[in-house]
Formats: sequence, C-alpha cells, structure tokens
Amino acid sequence: MHRRHFLGASLAAGLLAASPLKVAFADAATDKRLVLIVLRGAMDGLGAVAPYADPDYRSIRGELALAEPGQPDGLLDLDGYFGLHPALAPIHGWWAEKQLLAVHAIATPYRERSHFDAQDLLESGGAKPTGQKTGWLNRALDQVHGHGTGLGLALGQGVPLVMRGAVPVASWAPSPLPEPTTDFLNRVMDIYQKDKVLGPALSSGLGIADMAQMASGVPAGQPKPKDRQLMATTAGRMLADPAGPRVAVMDMQGWDTHVGQGSIKGRLPNALTDLAEVMGLLREGLGEAWSKSVIAVVTEFGRTVRPNGTGGTDHGTAGVALLAGGAIEGGRMLGKWPGLRDDKLYEGRDLAPTTDMRALLKAVLKDHLGVSGRALDAHVFPDGRNVRPLADLIRT
Amino acid sequence: MVMTGPASAALAAHATARFGYGAAPGDLAQISSDPRGWVEAQLGGLPPGLPAGFIDHPGSAPRLMELLAVRKLGQGEEAMARRKALQQAYRSDAAIRTRVAAGSDRPLIERLTQFWSNHFTVSTQRGEVAPLALAFENEAIRPYVLGRFEEMARAAILHPAMLVYLDNAQSIGPNSKAGQKRKRGLNENLGREALELHTLGVHGGYDQDDVRALALILTGWTIDRQDGDGTAFFNPNTHEPGPKTLLGRTFPEEGAAEAPAAITMMANHKGTAKHVAVKLARHFIADDPPASAVNALERKFKETGGDLGAVTATLVGLDAAWDEPLAKLRSPNDFLTAALRATQLPLDEKQVVNALNLLGQMPFAAPSPAGWPDRAADWAGPDAVVRRVDWSLALGQRAGGRVDARLLLAATLGDLADAELVQMVARAPSPAEALALALSSPAFQRR
Repeated sequence: MHRRHFLGASLAAGLLAASPLKVAFADAATDKRLVLIVLRGAMDGLGAVAPYADPDYRSIRGELALAEPGQPDGLLDLDGYFGLHPALAPIHGWWAEKQLLAVHAIATPYRERSHFDAQDLLESGGAKPTGQKTGWLNRALDQVHGHGTGLGLALGQGVPLVMRGAVPVASWAPSPLPEPTTDFLNRVMDIYQKDKVLGPALSSGLGIADMAQMASGVPAGQPKPKDRQLMATTAGRMLADPAGPRVAVMDMQGWDTHVGQGSIKGRLPNALTDLAEVMGLLREGLGEAWSKSVIAVVTEFGRTVRPNGTGGTDHGTAGVALLAGGAIEGGRMLGKWPGLRDDKLYEGRDLAPTTDMRALLKAVLKDHLGVSGRALDAHVFPDGRNVRPLADLIRT
Repeated sequence: MVMTGPASAALAAHATARFGYGAAPGDLAQISSDPRGWVEAQLGGLPPGLPAGFIDHPGSAPRLMELLAVRKLGQGEEAMARRKALQQAYRSDAAIRTRVAAGSDRPLIERLTQFWSNHFTVSTQRGEVAPLALAFENEAIRPYVLGRFEEMARAAILHPAMLVYLDNAQSIGPNSKAGQKRKRGLNENLGREALELHTLGVHGGYDQDDVRALALILTGWTIDRQDGDGTAFFNPNTHEPGPKTLLGRTFPEEGAAEAPAAITMMANHKGTAKHVAVKLARHFIADDPPASAVNALERKFKETGGDLGAVTATLVGLDAAWDEPLAKLRSPNDFLTAALRATQLPLDEKQVVNALNLLGQMPFAAPSPAGWPDRAADWAGPDAVVRRVDWSLALGQRAGGRVDARLLLAATLGDLADAELVQMVARAPSPAEALALALSSPAFQRR
C-alpha cells in the first residue's frame, strides 16, 4: 500500500489542510531548487579552502598546512591563491564548469564562540541569539508564490530551526519500519485531528514518505547505501520531481575538530569526504534539474587560525561558505581576503570577518528563489536591512 | 497535603506522567489515594547503591582500562575484536538503562538521573565515550540527583568520560613541564562548555578570558598513565603553573586543588542558579515555563547552595506542576520507556536498541555537548511523528494480542484518555491496531 493512496483519500475527506504536497501538485510555485547544507560544529574554513599563496599561511597553520597544488597530497587549485582540500576532489571539477564558488572570511553577525548561540543565529537570521522560534528559510518560503506550501523539506526526522515557522514543511529520513495500512493511518489521523502538533506533522510526514519511497529505489545488485547516501540521492530525486518539494535543508555533523583534525588524514578530511559525496549524490539525483539548482553550504563560525595544543583548532570567527549548482555563476572566489598576519587576525586568533553571511543568503533568496528585496527586509532578515546582497551570484 | 476522592484519582495519571514515565498496570490504583504523596515519597533519600538492574555493571574503571589497552594495540585483528566488544557493551548498557527506567518503583529518580546526565552530556559522537557513558551516569550523576549540585558538577566535569569527550585528557598547559618540551598544548573545549553549558549558561556573564583561564585550571586532569587504575587523575607535569584569574577571582597555584575549587565557585554562581532553574522548569513543566516556576526554583537553588533535593521538592510542590496541562511532548526515549512500562512487553536487548535508534534517541548519543533538546518543536518533525506511529504498530504486532489495549488505557492513562480515544481503541479491527492507537494517541505521547 502506498501512502499516496492515504494522502488521496484523506484529501478527499478534508483532513489534510496542511498537506505539504497540496499546492505543489496543482501549481508549481517556482521551478528553482535550493539545498541548504548546515555543517554543525563549525567547519574549519582554512582547512576546506586554503589560502596557500598567503605569505603567512604555512607558518601560522603549522602542522595543519597542506602542500601546494601539484605536490603529493597537495591542494586542488582554484584561482592561483586558494586551493580546495584534496578530500573535496569529487567537486573540484565543478569549479572549471563554473558551478562552484566559495566566499571566504564570511561570518554571521555573531562574535562570541558558543556553537549553540551561533547556530541559533545562523538559522534564525537575527543579529542576536535571542531564542527566536522561526528560521529565515521558512520565512522566505512564506514569500514565495503560494506561501511556500508544499515546497519545504527537512532531511532528517526533525525540522531544524532554519526551516521552522508558519509554512508547513515536510521531513524525511530513511526508515526500515514497515508501512501501516491506509485504514490504520486514517484512524490515527482521526485521533490526531484536534492535536495542533501531531496532526499536521503526521499528515505532512505521510505525504512525503510516499514520494520518498518512490524516489529511493536502489537498482538490484547494488550494495545497500548508507543512510546518508540514500538521503542525498533520494532528496535529489524528490527535488527533481515536478510535483516534489523545491527547497531542502540537511544537517551534517562532525566538524568540531578540537583534536586530531588532520591535514591529509584525520577528522576534517573524513568530514570533507562525506560532504563531497553528499554534494555529488545530490547532483546525480537532481539530474536535469541541476541546471536550476543551488546548493549552499554554511557553518556557524570558523575556527582558530593556529592549531591548538592538541592537533586541532578551537572555536573561531570567520570561515568559508560554498555555493554550487547549475544555476550559479561559479568558478570564482568571493569576499575580501583579510590576510593571516598576526595583526590582521580577529582578537589575535581568528580569521577576521569581511563578508556578512546574510549577504550571501539574501542574494540566493532574491536572485534564485525570487524573494523581493522588500520582503527580505520586512520578513526574512529584518535585522539585516543594511546588509547588501552579494551581486551576480546567480546565472541569468 | 493529602487529597482524597475523585480529584485525587484524576491526579494519579497526571503525577505518573509529569514526574515519571507514565503508569505501569496497577500504579494508578495504588497511588490514587495520594498522588502527590507518591511523588514526594520518592525524594526521601536515595536507595543504597544502584538499582538492581545495574548490579552486574563493571563501572568505568575496567572499561577505561580496556579502552586504554585497546588504544595501545593499534589496528590489528585483536584490537578490532576488542573494540567491537566495547561497542557491544555500550548497546547492552543502553538497553539495560531503558529497562531499569521502565521498571523503576521510583521513576522520578530515573527521570532526574536522565535529566542531569543530559545536562552534563557525554556523547558517543566521540566513539571512545560509548563504553563509559552509562558508568558516567551511575557514578557522576545518579548519586547526586538529590544532593548538592556542586558535588555533581565536580564529579561530572572531572569524570574520565567527560575528560575524553571534551578533549581535556589531551590538553596541556603551554608553560607546564610537558608543554615546554613538546609541541602539544592547550585545548579549551571543556573549559568553554563547563562555563556555557554546565554552570553559568551562555549569557551568565563570562568571557573568552574566563574560558581560557578555566581551560588552564583544568590542565593536568587526564586518564592515561603508567600503572593506572582506570580513574581520572591529575598529572602535575601537564598542569599550567602560576595563578589564574577566573570570573574575577584569582586562583593561586594549587595543582590538583584548583579545578575542584573553580568548579565549586562556578556551581554557586548566580548565573548557574538561573540556568539550572530554567532547564528544570522547561523539562518538567512546559516548553515555555511560567516565570513564577522558574523564579521559585532559582530562589531555592540560591537559598540552599544548590541542594537538589530541596530544589526538586520545590518543583514537585509548584502549583504549575499540578495545574498546567500535560503539554510536553515525550522525547523518543521517554516514549519508548513509557511504552515498555505500560505494556510490560519483554523486549530483548536488540529490540530495545533498534527501537531507540529508529525513534531517533539512542542514549548518550546527543548530537552535541548541549545534550538532547527539550521542546516539542525539536521532536515533532513530520518524519519523527510518522516513526512513532509506525513503531507503535510494529510493537502492537509483536505483542500478538498479549496486551489488551482497552485495559491498558484504563490502567495507565486513566482520565487522560478521552471518550473518543476509548471508543476508537475499542473499535479497532485487531488487538495490534488497538494497542498502536493507544500508544500513538496524543495523551500517551505527552507528559
């Protein structure tokens, strides 16, 4: 029994006021796709995209410095000054295709070093971590034609703050549990009808689960993918479906590299390998829709420029953000490079921020999803009116 | 206050949900004459030793010795096998912990233990923590849930599991003997989280200099030494010499005595009282707890110097604890525990571990040192709710008619089950679906 049958039956019964797919079926609000990948724990920006030509790079990075492009285990050159970590090799070719760009020395307005406050601010889009309950991506969806209903998808069991808010969004993760019958699910919906939390969540979850089931087929004879791989492939395919969601958010963990960060081998290279794989699978799953897609990769802050005492890095300030996809004007390094000289560092220890994260996010929402500048200021980033969106990120 | 009559009976289910893991069959009948008294009686001192379910648990020392031995073995076949055994031990621990909570006759103590162990999170995100995590909870948290907060803080922050998890075991004072000889040095991870998460709270009034000072104070506290016995110990060779100034107070050079003194000061800081009060009220009362509840807990914490027995008694005595509706969504862990308690189904170790994984809350696997989140919005994602329903049906099918859901509703939810639910369950086409409906119901999902 497919859950779509449940969905159809329930729509007929008028139970699914908040179905994630209702509007999308009838009236695609946008044909653009956006995937936001949140790297939780603070990715080391200088490890992912290294300024190998900066005169202070090698001395200040010490054991964490990577070899120059062309040398064994060397960086993968981007623009003659910056290089990509070799663990990101699978997406290095995207640079030449102009489908990858990086913004360095980027940071949210947050200047302390708590993961949890910083993530709160990265996701709420505010200027101060004040425990806001809605995220900028949900508020942006509200500004898309049809108020974004049916467009949002969180990859994982839950919905992260960035995607929470007035617009109902779906969430999905691979599950081995057997599917109940339509009849049983209708009974559960009955007892959830008056429940403002469980009712909408269940109807939304069932709708997307059916679509995911159809999108997640693994060809016979291939090894069973890991959950992370299955999630990325399936998400790409769901986003590619004309009746599917348009905007997805996915978390990745494992970036808090206080110890054993490593240059070529270690925790950061492992995490970067996973990231490149996820990005590659998303592209594969998106298929032709890749040309209309943007993947934005962000993290809550950067890490200390110098290695700490235990082969890792501690919490810092500015870091790097990546943008990929067929819809971007890539092959470029963006952001003003502040340099790594001692007196150029923020508080003597961190990469100094020169680009506001919201300038990147606003540009993507405005030029890719078509959210108006006025709506961005009024609803999406009300504390960031003075932050100008980066220009020319999106291919026109 | 002893209440009798219908009002008291109605509060019985409320009491088991608010302060426990719901009712087991028989609980409501037993406590209905005095639900509040049932809760209060649980605060009367800790029972000697650990709950019986943990009797065979080796504790952290043998586990740590094994971890260190395996580290030294490197990558060979034997090392792999022993590493696997340690991971298996963790899975057993997770299942035992769930069963102990589900079967407890003092469920409030289990709730408190899990609450505080989440406050002082150690997580398997760092793989080596896994075999130490339950021991951490039993050694550093459980003995103090009705004791002094500062004792719990000292025990937790200096426990081997925490020293491993937040990297302090490898942190070295830059000017210590070892720091002068080697390239290794300071790691400020534990220093930061102890201030931000364990004590003062992120807006509690500390800065980057305090983080560094505490990190320096904590240098020396580690786990690995020649002829060690599996406990944490202080290595003077890696401890940063000289005085350190933390939160305006200067700690003179005192070696091993510095960290306990600093933690004691932090535990008694006014920011800590506020931080702890908010978290307790959010956990037991409501996602957005009434200010009066938070204030009462904060005041009691300050008055008593962080006497958690007194603070918990204040919590139990709050009007809000009895008047506010049961609006908290059970976390997956609490839902599973409540389901086991209500159904009394004998799930084996593998089934419990699978359920914890499927529902998304394997014990001691929180995504960050902040621990598991504690608001409905964090647990009510569409896919998460689908899983609860799917899993409830799978459990119903496994029960194979051994549980009569109609009786279960009456015996465990009592008045919390409305007439509509009672009717839906009675009309379900099979015992499996009846049980699944009862467990999925809004009343069972909340506490």
